[in-house]
Formats: sequence, structure tokens, C-alpha cells
Amino acid sequence: MLNVRRDICGYCGCCVSVCPEGALELIDAYLSVEQNCTSCGICAKVCPLGALEVVHEK
Amino acid sequence: MKNKYDVLVIGGGPAGALAARTAVEKGLSALLVEKRPAIGAPVRCAEGLGKEALADFMEPDERWISAEMTGAGIVAPDGFLMKLESAMVGSKVGYILDRKVFDRELVWQAADAGADISVKTRASAPILEDGVVKGAQLEYCGQVSNVTADVVIAADGVESKFARWCGIDTTVPVREIMSGMQYVMTDIDIDPHATIFYLGNEVAPEGYLWVFPKGDRAANVGIGISGKKSGEGHRAKDYLNRFVNKTFPKGKTIECIVGGVSVCRPLECTVGDGLVLVGDAARVVDPLTGGGIYNSMFTGRLAANVAAECIAKGDLSKKALMAYDKSWRESKMGKTIERNYLIKEYLIKQPDEKLNAIIHSVAKMNLKEFSTISLIKEIIRVNPKLLVDLGALAASIR
Repeated sequence: MLNVRRDICGYCGCCVSVCPEGALELIDAYLSVEQNCTSCGICAKVCPLGALEVVHEK
Repeated sequence: MKNKYDVLVIGGGPAGALAARTAVEKGLSALLVEKRPAIGAPVRCAEGLGKEALADFMEPDERWISAEMTGAGIVAPDGFLMKLESAMVGSKVGYILDRKVFDRELVWQAADAGADISVKTRASAPILEDGVVKGAQLEYCGQVSNVTADVVIAADGVESKFARWCGIDTTVPVREIMSGMQYVMTDIDIDPHATIFYLGNEVAPEGYLWVFPKGDRAANVGIGISGKKSGEGHRAKDYLNRFVNKTFPKGKTIECIVGGVSVCRPLECTVGDGLVLVGDAARVVDPLTGGGIYNSMFTGRLAANVAAECIAKGDLSKKALMAYDKSWRESKMGKTIERNYLIKEYLIKQPDEKLNAIIHSVAKMNLKEFSTISLIKEIIRVNPKLLVDLGALAASIR
């Protein structure tokens, strides 16, 4: 699953624009992740700050 | 706020503000909604705008101009500086804006002209009837309401979610998103009247780093790198901090912002039934410079003009609204985007040695017309071999 580090996120929307599933939405000062997120990690790669991480569940 | 308008504008940046203002000036009713609580903040921009570009829309005003530019510089990967000046030495070529004030001024003008404005209001879904956009569901402080409109103008910026909800794929390819970060720095030694661009794969892979003056000793110091080149330990943040620590170790950072800028081609189609896409949401950013203020204002105004014509004729179909799509593609702006896209694609493939060689060819350039295209023409003049490299693109540059 995708974990949003809210303490790092700059609420810029860069990740939203590259999400192939349209699973991210920037609601003013927080980023929401919808159920259809596939944990592809594209958003985590492009984030200027490194606020997103794909967490592999055990 | 009413529950029905001729035009509903989603987003309160320059594209949305121009769309709303133009719509009411054409005698239409318009509502502009902005999801953020304040117009213009947080800034997601390096704030540069050419003198001629601004002149197409308004007179400069000291309330939202941070600094006036008389020249520019390009720093090669090896540190060599190419200076660019206007042929009229010392004459003004552009501005660094204060976007917080500028954006607010544009929305203010729309409000004064008669548009309704609603901030902290997010469009959370389109109202669709048989695939035709008829308005949007809006959320304000937990209240949900439906507003219908003859046309929705989506000006929701780089995120471009509204069009996606209407079935238009607005995804930016990873290699064509600029992952960006910027500090507003003060107490730094700069040329207060020149924008400086730093190139190189070590400095800003497939992008550039900029120092855009905001005052005698203050500047926007920012960077954009390709999403493809971004990753843990080598993000925009890492490159920017490395540059700042080396170049301005004693500078003070009074603001830190981040953002994404698309440098892809514009969307294949920027209209739908009852829907028009403008500005960053339509991906009409200049792919070479990453500049989007002018293109946003241009498409915002054009969208409202076309919407007014279509409303007068009673036809808001995609086919009718295509007049907008066709018009911007055939405009100088549309042609510049296509040409600059090809130039960008060429430049990002060049190794540092090649960039060094190109930039070393001219130490100082005086440009009659201070624009990207005149710079490129001049570079080609002194590096005629580049014409061979550029191939088919060369024709559009001559």
C-alpha cells in the first residue's frame, strides 16, 4: 500500500499528475489515496520531497 | 453563490481568473471556485514573465512585480556563463512577479467584473448527463451542493483531475513531469536584473536550475528535474540543497515550495461535451522553459470567448467547442509549444560535453528580440552544425 508521510508532503500535486489510476487527490493541505491505488510507485519516484513510500505488507 | 451559471470555472489561477473575467465581460454569468482557502498561495512557480507576454493582458503594476529584468545568463555544466542582453542594453525584457499578489489581483478583477467567487470550495465530481458535462458537485466546509452550467472550464492546474473524472486521460508521463522545488532566498549575492539558468546532468538532470531575482539580494532559487531521474537520494530537494550549500552558503531561506510542471505535448484534445480545458490542466506549459503563466492566461481568455460564442448559438457540444482547441493550436502560442517541445527533446539527450561546447560558442549575446527563439537562432548561427543534428526541426526554426 501507499503511505503518505504527512510531515514531509508539500501538498504540491506533482504525484497527482502522474498517477496512471487517478487514485490520488490533493484536497487543499492533504493528499488522499483512493482504493484503486495499485502501489505502482510512480508517485513515490517523482515526489520532490520523498513524502510517499510503497509499503509491502507482510 | 447560485445553483446555475452560464460558465463554471474550476480553479483560481491565472487561467481560471482570465476565463471567469472574460466570461462576465461577454455578458455571461460565471462562478469561479478555488479549492485552496487563499488565491495565489502556496505559490508553485518561478514567477518569470516576459515583457511582451504581460503586455498582451495588462499594464505592469509595482504591487505584483518583484523585480525587473534586463538580461539573462546560461551557465554551462562546466560553469561557463553565457550572458544574454537585449540589443538595447539596459532595456527591460521581463519581470519576476509576486504570484501571491498577482493571482489575487486577477481573481479580484474577475470579481469586480461580475463573476461570483467561492474559495475553499472543491469540485469533487462532475455532473454528467449522457456523457455531457452539465456542472459540478462542489464541497465547501462539509457542505455538498450541485451547480449546473452550460460550460465547465477546467482550470485545475497540474493535477487536472476534473477532466479525468469526465473521461479524459490527463496523466503526465513520468519522463515528462518536472519534479520541482524552490526556495525564496535572501541575503545572497546575485545580479538583481538577470535571470540565470544552470544546465547539466549533475546540476539538474533533464531540467534546469534557476536563480530568478526578487530584489537586490533576494531570489527564487529553484530546480526542476525529470521525474525519470528522480528517486530516493537524488530528488529535486537533494539537487537544490547541494547547489544552495555550495553557491549561497550564507543565504537565508524564507520560503520553501514544491511542485510539478508538465513538459509533455498538450493533450490531444482539450474539449469535451460541455467542457473546456485550459492552462496547466490542458498541459499547455512551454515544454522548453516550463513557463505557463502566459499560456494559461491566453487559453483562459480564449476558452471564455469560444464559450460565449457557443452559448449564443445554443451548441455546447464537443464539436462546437473544438473551435477553441483549433484556435490555440493554430496560434503563435500553439506553434511555439510544438517547436519548443522538439527542441527540449533534442536538448535533454545531449551529454554535458555537448552542452559545454554549445554554450562556450558565445560568451555574450545581444538579442534584438529577447525570446527563446531568437536565442536558439543565434546559437545555431554560431554553431551551424547543429542544423544537421536538429534535422526536420531546423526548418521550423529558420
